[in-house]
Amino acid sequence: MALIRVVNVGQEYGGKYVLKGVNLEIQSGEVFALIGPTGAGKTTLIRLLNLLETPACGQVYFDGIDVTRSERQRLKARRRMAYVQQKPIVFKMNVYGNVACGLKWRKVKKEVVRSKVDNALAMVGMLDNTKRDARTLSGGEMQRVAIARALVTDPEVLLLDEPTANLDPISIAKVEEVLEKIIGQKNITVVMATHDMPQGQRFADRIGVMINGEMTQIGSPNEVFCSPQNREVAELVGVENVLAGVITVKEDELVTIEVKGNSIQAISELPLGEKVHVLIRPEDITFTPARNVSSARNMFDGEIIRMTQVGRLVRIEVDCGIPLLGVLTMVSAQELGLTIGKRLYASFKVTAIHVIKRRD
Amino acid sequence: MTELWDGFVQALQLIVSFDREVMEIAGRSLWIAATSCTIAMLICLPLGCLIHFRSFPGKRLLISVIQTLYSIPTVLIGLLVFLFISNAGPLGGLGLLFSPAAIIMGQVILISPIMLGLIISALSGVDKMVTETALSLGATRVQAAIVSVREVRYAIVTALIMGFGRAISEIGIALIVGGNIAGYSRTITTAISLETQRGNLELAIALGIILVFIALVINIGLHWLQRK
Repeated sequence: MALIRVVNVGQEYGGKYVLKGVNLEIQSGEVFALIGPTGAGKTTLIRLLNLLETPACGQVYFDGIDVTRSERQRLKARRRMAYVQQKPIVFKMNVYGNVACGLKWRKVKKEVVRSKVDNALAMVGMLDNTKRDARTLSGGEMQRVAIARALVTDPEVLLLDEPTANLDPISIAKVEEVLEKIIGQKNITVVMATHDMPQGQRFADRIGVMINGEMTQIGSPNEVFCSPQNREVAELVGVENVLAGVITVKEDELVTIEVKGNSIQAISELPLGEKVHVLIRPEDITFTPARNVSSARNMFDGEIIRMTQVGRLVRIEVDCGIPLLGVLTMVSAQELGLTIGKRLYASFKVTAIHVIKRRD
Repeated sequence: MTELWDGFVQALQLIVSFDREVMEIAGRSLWIAATSCTIAMLICLPLGCLIHFRSFPGKRLLISVIQTLYSIPTVLIGLLVFLFISNAGPLGGLGLLFSPAAIIMGQVILISPIMLGLIISALSGVDKMVTETALSLGATRVQAAIVSVREVRYAIVTALIMGFGRAISEIGIALIVGGNIAGYSRTITTAISLETQRGNLELAIALGIILVFIALVINIGLHWLQRK
């Protein structure tokens, strides 16, 4: 039986639906990541799971019990969970007081509170700050205190809403280190909303993609990142080459797709004549100055029309009759002598292509 | 002018010598105002939380009414309480007329809107996320409300001090329902009024100085709290 079950849940604010017909089952001990753009409904869903809001429609089950509307059941269920918000709120008291409050509300004995708070603060590396006014902490420190405050009650479910948003890279690394420790050491169910795709991929057993208030796709990180079910998911998970075409030739699973007068070979189970989107990740495209002999079935020559430096990488857009976007390291770009207007060959394997049915 | 100066000097002598009558009146005024404040706070704090945390039709109107009652004249409250506790009134049987209890009753009515309004206003300034964070950490609705109250504890003490200042300096209620009975229901303000009419200026000034001193302490306390 699933620990958390969400059945056809919807939520509206001022007549506008922000969550529509969401169905979800989360198993005990699972790490589930919710990804999606800003405003997709991730925070609303997390708040509904934490029973801070009552859904406009549908049911939320916790450990098999319908906890959607009974205040008593909601409190009982909420006391088995902990929620870390995107922008943590600390109470007007010291760090120790902040972390201890959840235990005091559960009427835990004073000596037990002391040891549990110390353990939780040690876990997040904040044991030296017990007497500090919590309002004077930095964003990263505050987030770590919020995590300690959540963990101190030994929750069965940890709900994290964008735990590293708005933090600097050093703080992100520290918070992620703490999360890794928690997931590794504790038998805890984690539901984490994030728009940091690598973070979701790194921690999650399964990922749910939310777009416009709907759960668009649920699957393993590999399924979501390599086989997105539609164009929106594809764009969200970083598939930047989305090309519209039609299957014109089909030999078993090998298909030829006509894209703006160019033929792209791919593997697909879709039928002949189907309107499709061809999805290619930028990192799966190889660029060479001359036509090479390679195992890649797809090779196009074209002209560089745009180059952008992103950290140690260079993103290039090549016009091959179809626009192709790829990435190279700065060293490779220099070795190839890439400049705008230069002609080069772009190649990619049939296995690097994901083909999905076009809905338009 | 000499008379005024002499009166001032004699007033100081009454204070430094801890004159029995002066101390008795000041003490009574203090405990009556303190009792009124305590009762008003015991009513207003939970009521303020209830009004703030609950949604109900007419909430805005209720808050507007509370704010309007800030400046209700003390004599009007005195009259209202008088009508209730006089022999012909519904509470006449309790025999409260011309007693400190009657003054307390009137002062509670006087300062409750001020305290209630300030408590609601202070709670409105608390980030909604504070309550939600407490709830998410397993607090009951009451425990979460206590967290919000703790967040604005200085503002609530400010409300208490404001109420105390209003209570100790009022005269209308004390005069109408207290009766200004010597040794029983005479307060600083009623005594000042009486002694001024009698021409006992030194006693009136001494009591006036004590009242100003109390106001000064209240103001210093308020400034200190506002810096927190």
